[in-house]
Amino acid sequence: MKLGYFPGCSLQGMDIDFNESVFALARRTDLHLIEIPDWNCCGSTSAHNVSHLLSLALPARILALAEKAGLDEILVPCSACYQRLMTAQHELLENDELRKEVVDIIEMDYKGTSKILNIIEGMVKIFSGAELKIEKPLNAKVACYYGCLMVRPPKVMKFDRAEDPQSMDELMKKFGADPVDWPFKTECCGAGLTLTRTDLVCKLSAKVIESAIKNGAEIIIVACPMCHANLDMRRADIEKAAGKKYNIPVLYITQAIGLALGINEKELGMHRHFVPFVLPEQPKAAPSAKPAEPAKPEVGEKPAAGAEE
Amino acid sequence: MSRIGVFICHCGENIAGTVDVAKVAEAASKIPGVALAVDYKYMCSDPGQNMIKDAIKEKKLTGVVVAACSPRMHEPTFRNACAEAGLNPFLCEMANIREQCSWVHEKSDVTTAKAIELVRVIVEKVKRNKPLYPIKVPVTKTALVLGGGIGGIQAALDIANAGHKVILVEKQPSIGGHMAQLSETFPTLDCSQCILTPRMVEVARHPNITLYTYSELESLDGFIGNFKARIRKKARGVDEKLCTGCGVCMQKCPQKKIPSEFDAGLGKRPAIYVPFPQAVPNKPVIDREHCTYYKKGKCRVCEKFCEKKAVRLDQQDEIIEVDVGAVVAATGYDIKGTDFFPEYGYGKYPDIINGLQFERLASASGPTLGAIKRPSDGKEPETIVFVSCAGSRDPAKGINYCSKICCMYTAKHAMLYKHKNHHGKAYVFYMDIRAGGKMYEEFVRRAIEEDGVVYIRGRVSRIYQEDGKLVVKGADSLLGGEPIEIKADLVVLATAMVANSDAEQLAQKLKVGYDPYHFLSEAHPKLRPVETNTAGIFLAGAVQAPKDIPETVATGSAAAAKVIGLFSSAELSREPVIAVVNRLPPPQFSTCTGCFLCEKACPFQAIEREEIKDRKGNVIKVVAKVNPGLCQGCGTCVALCRVKAIDLQGFSNEQILAEVLAL
Repeated sequence: MKLGYFPGCSLQGMDIDFNESVFALARRTDLHLIEIPDWNCCGSTSAHNVSHLLSLALPARILALAEKAGLDEILVPCSACYQRLMTAQHELLENDELRKEVVDIIEMDYKGTSKILNIIEGMVKIFSGAELKIEKPLNAKVACYYGCLMVRPPKVMKFDRAEDPQSMDELMKKFGADPVDWPFKTECCGAGLTLTRTDLVCKLSAKVIESAIKNGAEIIIVACPMCHANLDMRRADIEKAAGKKYNIPVLYITQAIGLALGINEKELGMHRHFVPFVLPEQPKAAPSAKPAEPAKPEVGEKPAAGAEE
Repeated sequence: MSRIGVFICHCGENIAGTVDVAKVAEAASKIPGVALAVDYKYMCSDPGQNMIKDAIKEKKLTGVVVAACSPRMHEPTFRNACAEAGLNPFLCEMANIREQCSWVHEKSDVTTAKAIELVRVIVEKVKRNKPLYPIKVPVTKTALVLGGGIGGIQAALDIANAGHKVILVEKQPSIGGHMAQLSETFPTLDCSQCILTPRMVEVARHPNITLYTYSELESLDGFIGNFKARIRKKARGVDEKLCTGCGVCMQKCPQKKIPSEFDAGLGKRPAIYVPFPQAVPNKPVIDREHCTYYKKGKCRVCEKFCEKKAVRLDQQDEIIEVDVGAVVAATGYDIKGTDFFPEYGYGKYPDIINGLQFERLASASGPTLGAIKRPSDGKEPETIVFVSCAGSRDPAKGINYCSKICCMYTAKHAMLYKHKNHHGKAYVFYMDIRAGGKMYEEFVRRAIEEDGVVYIRGRVSRIYQEDGKLVVKGADSLLGGEPIEIKADLVVLATAMVANSDAEQLAQKLKVGYDPYHFLSEAHPKLRPVETNTAGIFLAGAVQAPKDIPETVATGSAAAAKVIGLFSSAELSREPVIAVVNRLPPPQFSTCTGCFLCEKACPFQAIEREEIKDRKGNVIKVVAKVNPGLCQGCGTCVALCRVKAIDLQGFSNEQILAEVLAL
């Protein structure tokens, strides 16, 4: 399978482990990721605070480059990038005047032919239909945390059920995890306020973590670099603010899938987490009822290597 | 040679401000066949009409063209004026130089030129107009009222009291509608059933009303004054004549766990049941979907215990055909369930209920006998949150309109709760309070000021369960958007009022219009609120749009008044703008070749087959014939006829062509 790829800046820096795990999965499956040549920043939260036109022109350039490169579908793992690209696509296709103006600015034509996939859509695409070789079913209760950007505003994103999305839960079930029903799936973690209003981020993120734990989750699975940064990297601050210790680890959806497929933890960037990840104990004996895989290449439980820190 | 009079109206500044009317008059006077062309300030005024009348007499006009506004409002005015002067009214036509010219263009010579063109076109048409005469049709003085809620009851009683027969059809086993489910009514807090049930009884006893409950309209054919309705009387499973309504069958029925529709799912009922104690008629029906006998082929307990031997397990649906002259659609509304709201848990939390369910909790005849208890564990809630505009006024939910009744019933609910639980806390989240109505605003103030209901202006973003409480997250938009979290025991969503799920099918059966929300469309939102665009079909109550009880009753009476008006004469006259199939002398008889494509195309089943016979009675030719009572003058057959044998009276092919050529 061939997919265009837009890593955005997060996946090049702070969330390099997200990038690593995407590529680890690509290596495992027959996925060929083609990075959009000469891509630029999507504008993120900053651009649309400054200029509406700029906030459209930046993503429009990325999309135009993708079109030029003949990429019919682009995988965009970062939720913020995904949201900016979707918004630009939506606005430009709705308003031809605006589209012409932006085309003029970026000095490239833009038709809107490249389909934008978020990481969940990407994973569904890659793993639906494909025969799964699940070596280590996750066997844990997971809270699927979609974050706020991926689903909102619904009329632009048109992704899943905006208030109670299910696609990640379904995907996690496939990989042997047990997704819990919890109400904070699309609540805000504090996102970009992490530098300017850390206090707020701690408060909001604490609520998310608290709700996940309360509903029985052992792992939080995220699909957004910002969510990961806040729930994982800010954990010490969150704990300080809440006056409580939380041990619950936070994994990218790609890492969780990678683990289930038996990909080496280092390759998935698991060592980069602030909150150490320990694979929940696998029930010994009795092959688990759920993923009845005919081919069991390696039943031997290699006790999870534990977190490398 | 035609002698056409052209009368050009200034309509004050409306036309004369943009169009040079004098020039139009001058140009019109030069059109061949025009005997007179004048302009005047207000043609529709008495002096204006007199000008036309005098001219008809003095100039012996053979046709009249009034160049003024759209024919929609004033065509009858001018046609009547012509008729008074002895000219066939269908020889008078209007050229629309206001809506189609002066209002939509700037003042210029081109605009005036267009007005002249429009006049010329109509003059050419009128030259070819023929005198036409209204069609008379008889009226069946029986009304069909669909829906036995308060709107239908009101319409039925009003029509019946005026001395006409009424057939009242109700889908449910009993009449009463949603009003029967309500506890108390705003703004007077009088008991809903106490004011409704006497009306229900009156319906049942009225000699002019035939009541069909557990029945639905199957189809409706015909036209105003002459409809044919087929009503499906669903198999009740009980012989209504023998049944005394003793209720033994209901007590003995082993199936007792079926969620009661009347109690909005909060109570239970058996498989053989009457929906509520005051039901009219008080005769049970068997719910075949849940009855053990129909599912497993045995049981028959009700049959065994019925002393009157009234149970009929093998009863079949019955189709009843009736002739009626008018139809009142009063089929009411539905409300959204709590499962419509993903952010409020998709209906998975039992203690989030909708307004109708709260009515049942608060009602003395309800599952809790009027005690406010939450469904999950039967505890009395200490904190209740009411969420108004749940779905309504929310384009993201696809419901842009205001449901109109929720502000009032939410205030009532909060009040009823506070009256029953003095120490309880009641919160209302609202967007705006819409309390337009007599004593309505006062009622809401009373809830806030006297009963201490806490109103918070803001919307609820999410509700979830935590530690046995429902956490209601919202924001107080009056206090700077401060986030609010209330831990509630019970949440009541004032869910949106929506059209019935089968409203679209009903509209199609009745051949009336409906809006994007499937509410049936009135003929004019202000001036013809209870009529539809299909003559003889009227609307009452919330089938047209969300309405409260007073408004529903008012529209019920209004629809009844329209029906009574219709029934006040023995014959109706209709505009003769209908299709006709030409007739020629023998041996051709008609250019119609008898292909009957028109028969298939006619949306009103107005095409009949006529056999032309010789003197011995042998059929020479079969040709199409238009039933003048059924034809609505849509022109589909005219366009389709391959040999141009059909023409529309008043809009003949010749007339239209003349108009085109005149341009």
